[in-house]
Amino acid sequence: MTNSSRPLSPHLQVYRWQVTMLLSILHRMTGFGLAAGAVLVAWGLLAAASGAEAFMTFHNFTASPVGRLMLLGWAWAFAFHFLNGIRHLVWDTGRGLTIKQAANSAWFVLILSAIATLGIWCLANCEGN
Amino acid sequence: MSNNKDSIRTPLGHARGLGSSKEGTHHWWMQRVSSVALVPLSLYWLTCLPEMTTGTYAHFISWVGSPAVSILAILFIITSFYHAALGLQVIIEDYITGEGMKLSLLMLNKFTFIALAASCIFAILHISFSLHTYEAP
Repeated sequence: MTNSSRPLSPHLQVYRWQVTMLLSILHRMTGFGLAAGAVLVAWGLLAAASGAEAFMTFHNFTASPVGRLMLLGWAWAFAFHFLNGIRHLVWDTGRGLTIKQAANSAWFVLILSAIATLGIWCLANCEGN
Repeated sequence: MSNNKDSIRTPLGHARGLGSSKEGTHHWWMQRVSSVALVPLSLYWLTCLPEMTTGTYAHFISWVGSPAVSILAILFIITSFYHAALGLQVIIEDYITGEGMKLSLLMLNKFTFIALAASCIFAILHISFSLHTYEAP
């Protein structure tokens, strides 16, 4: 930007953190993380199409500690983005837009996303083996 | 509105309602449409987690290659990758200020997700159409 003498709006650090702004940025961050997960999905499917050996390489990665940690991150990112996405869709109908309602639904989404992550983790680990 | 004497917008431009970026609310609306489609689609994949994580190759192949699962997988790939590309586009538009870099990243974003989607769909169809060769001993 060439015009540096223009007034700037106060930047993030002068605001007191509120749960609604936390969820706003988390929605974008989880969306970014899930988009990056597209690479893993493509790897898994191409490996499966290539043969048992390639599939085992993929499987060994997802079963490694790093892979497990990434999958846990994706499980939460999915749960959060899914639930907060529904919160956004409700807003789009014009409902739940007061400050109190938005803060309440924010806490609701945060807590439910933690519970849902546990549920996803159990579904992927308890019954599968 | 259209009777506003102070408006410099032409009557045709007003009727189209597409604004200065010439696509109106199309991006915003498609983000919503894809998100609505992803609610049942992603819930379906959650119920498939036990199937997907058994870890045996033969089981995974015969499961993902069945017609219903293949079709739902392709629908999920198209919808979720489209939704992801729309979302990443906004992130690029918000944070990248240089025009050249912004335009390059916007193109790279589209190319990447189309390439990833094509790869995934090819892999699914390949598995589905040649199940007998995978299952042969």
